[in-house]
Amino acid sequence: MIDSSPIAARARRVAGAAARRPGLVLSVLVLLLTMGWVLAPDWFGGQSPTAGVAQQRLEPPSGRHPFGTDQLGRDVYARVVHAAGLSLGTALAATAIASAAGVLLGLAAGYFGRTADVVISRIVDITLSIPSVLLSLLIISALGGGTLHIAVAVAVTSVAGFSRLTRAEVLRIRTAVHVEAAALCGARWWRILARYVAPAVVGPVLGLAALDFGLVVLAVSALSFLGYGPPPPAPEWGALVASGRNYLATAWWLSTLPGLTVGVVVLAANRLSRALETERSRA
Amino acid sequence: MRLVVHGTGKYVVRRLAQAAAVVWAAFTVTFVAIRLLPGDPVALMLSGRNGFSAPTPEQVAETRARLGLDRPLPVQYWDALADALHGDFGSSIQTGRPVSAMISETLPATLQLGAAALVLSLVAGTAVGIAANLVGAPWARQWLRSLPAVGISLPSFWVGLVLLELLSFRWRVFPSFGSTGLTGLVLPACTLALPGAALVAQVLGKSLHDTLLQPYADTLRASGAGAWRLVVGHGLRNAAIPAVTAAGLLVGHLIGGAVVVETVFSRPGLGRITQAAVGEQDLPVVQGAVVVAALAFALVNLAIDLLYPILDPRIHATTRTAGTPA
Repeated sequence: MIDSSPIAARARRVAGAAARRPGLVLSVLVLLLTMGWVLAPDWFGGQSPTAGVAQQRLEPPSGRHPFGTDQLGRDVYARVVHAAGLSLGTALAATAIASAAGVLLGLAAGYFGRTADVVISRIVDITLSIPSVLLSLLIISALGGGTLHIAVAVAVTSVAGFSRLTRAEVLRIRTAVHVEAAALCGARWWRILARYVAPAVVGPVLGLAALDFGLVVLAVSALSFLGYGPPPPAPEWGALVASGRNYLATAWWLSTLPGLTVGVVVLAANRLSRALETERSRA
Repeated sequence: MRLVVHGTGKYVVRRLAQAAAVVWAAFTVTFVAIRLLPGDPVALMLSGRNGFSAPTPEQVAETRARLGLDRPLPVQYWDALADALHGDFGSSIQTGRPVSAMISETLPATLQLGAAALVLSLVAGTAVGIAANLVGAPWARQWLRSLPAVGISLPSFWVGLVLLELLSFRWRVFPSFGSTGLTGLVLPACTLALPGAALVAQVLGKSLHDTLLQPYADTLRASGAGAWRLVVGHGLRNAAIPAVTAAGLLVGHLIGGAVVVETVFSRPGLGRITQAAVGEQDLPVVQGAVVVAALAFALVNLAIDLLYPILDPRIHATTRTAGTPA
């Protein structure tokens, strides 16, 4: 009897859980599709993102061009697909920088305490006292525009969350019996941090990174919409929306569809990360 | 003799000092970011003047001396701080106009936009948060609960462009770019208010939901209170504290969002000149804008902290200071 096998039972349970949460399933599908865009843009995009066909300028969405074409006859869907790598890559870099810096600061503040804690905590507090968009703009005006600088500018605004989370975890774990035992046995501070404290921090940090990712994608696309991204030929989601702005009255699809893509991806990322967070807190 | 300042007065003084320290820190961060990070605004500014030829070293040195950038950093810092305390942030590198004049000219338009958006997001957010706990039908409840997540996820520059496309270009209900009148305020204010409204709705909805699970809610239900009286008459006040905290965050969102929204709608305002200044690396203007934003943010959060004990007498001003490190 196949029906009673544990695998089939498990599959039925998963299918049942999926049927109860169609939004979550849809979000996963959206994210899988977006990952496909990042990994194989040529296969998903179909057409060239940079070579335009002069006879097909400003065509509305159709079967041949699902997102229409722009003022140079380039396929907007192909441009959105090819932009995914740069936009999400920047967001991923920003999240990586923020979490790495935040974890290091939080570890130092939590483990060494005293002066280190006060200094680091105050510096982190300052980044929270300036509205995040303005803090990003401050860094961009000092460093100049470009993909990496956008990633840094966005990362600085979310370091505080990671640092505070890590600090709290370290304070919780450093008084645990096995950590105190290690210290009594003469383990060096870096060994205690790497062997006992860091592993305990990984889970919560990854959870926060997932929760943060949607906001980071939004912040990156907003900065490139404002015009601080890579120079024009490189397609980027926010920049695509900005370039469609001049054709708002005549070609609605130019800015509407790339912007909608950003919104849908962010919504899916937020939905999935919230579901993961709920699972984690239940476990 | 020991000076004894009691309870609330002590708390207010302490909180005021904190707010001043925060603004001072923001000023210092902008100063450090601008002076120490790589990127040379003087070279950039001169390359713009000379057309395409690179500026000569003499030109660069002369300009640096004129702007006072050749002096030791601590001297520059103290001078800049003293000037900033008098409301003087230097002059724009691009236009040569005083930054304080540029800010005071554009601030009213941005305050108008921000105030309209603040009111809109509080009203709309509260309405959705209440409705999500008030309606009976489960599907409507579910729908209202997922609405804030959508509002938070949509990029505001895109929302603004879609509103423009539909309401200004297609149906011609509202004026399009660059209008400063009251009808021109509607679309930018709605765009700016959306993420904030979503935030308030999310926090208030959750907080109302939690407070309605408490025993006093059961007592009310048992005594025959209707849904409206239960949620609006009793629950709202108990659920308000997290929403008020969220309102503090909301103001931070509004200040940053104004940069994007004013750019989308070509509205003259502080956000718009900030956007332009960042692109041109016009650092004195950026510094002025950041300090003004930090000041506004600090004042609002100060006001909110002072509001807690009034909203909820159980929160005593002095007990709140006990937990915060000096």
